[in-house]
Amino acid sequence: MHDFTPISALIGGALIGAASVWLLAANGRIAGISSILHGMLSPVALPDVPWRAWFIAGLLAAGLAWQAFAGPVPLREGFPAGWAAAAGLLVGFGTRMGGGCTSGHGVCGLGRLSLRSLVAVIVFMAAGMAATYVVRHVLGIAS
Amino acid sequence: MSALYSALGAGFLFGIGLWVSGMANPKKVLGFLDITGDWDASLMLVMGGAVAVTLVAFRFVLRRPAPLFDKRFFIPETKSIDFPLVAGSALFGVGWGIAGYCPGPALTALSTLSSETIVFVIAMIAGGLLHKFVTQRESKT
Repeated sequence: MHDFTPISALIGGALIGAASVWLLAANGRIAGISSILHGMLSPVALPDVPWRAWFIAGLLAAGLAWQAFAGPVPLREGFPAGWAAAAGLLVGFGTRMGGGCTSGHGVCGLGRLSLRSLVAVIVFMAAGMAATYVVRHVLGIAS
Repeated sequence: MSALYSALGAGFLFGIGLWVSGMANPKKVLGFLDITGDWDASLMLVMGGAVAVTLVAFRFVLRRPAPLFDKRFFIPETKSIDFPLVAGSALFGVGWGIAGYCPGPALTALSTLSSETIVFVIAMIAGGLLHKFVTQRESKT
């Protein structure tokens, strides 16, 4: 485990948790990124769009700010575009079908002691581990 | 307007948390999901650190009558553990395990302008819209 970074993981995790508490306390919303994104692009009601767009703008701005202050981040080279597209489709479809992702079911759902979210987290963790195993060690794709 | 600035700030802090924790780096994520390789347990602590905060603070927040900038809390009311929950989470997990991106990290990593992230996010949006299309057709028939 030479890549183990417990301190930054805990601090970063706490910041993610704090941001989720902020969005709930101030805006009354669950910080589930897949739901926020989908609700912006495919809105149920128009007044529901702006806060989602601003939250996502904040996410993008964080990436720009991080690279401006911490320097350029190392990028993965040579990951096949076809696999990136397939993975994106699965993540987009699956998170809508399952009603949440790592943030909505994970950070927020577990924080609300939702049994439904606990089931989702166990399933997507297990599926993720299985998929990573197949992609890296069976198919031999550098990911 | 304050509600929008608030959403912007929450999104920004969320994104910084993703970068600090390493979640925005797909190789780091896959180092966690690859339990048969050189396993990196860090992401367990990211989730642990985040849930430790929400678990305690949500309690206090939800005791209040309403959030600061809205009339009520918007909390998911679905409780059912059903086929879409399990199948959808499995599909999501497979996609996550292939590329190492879940929705939040993919969005904040768009700022690197790397082609794999752009392709992933476009496909992710398409996947979400495809799900909407499929379920709307089903409900009409």
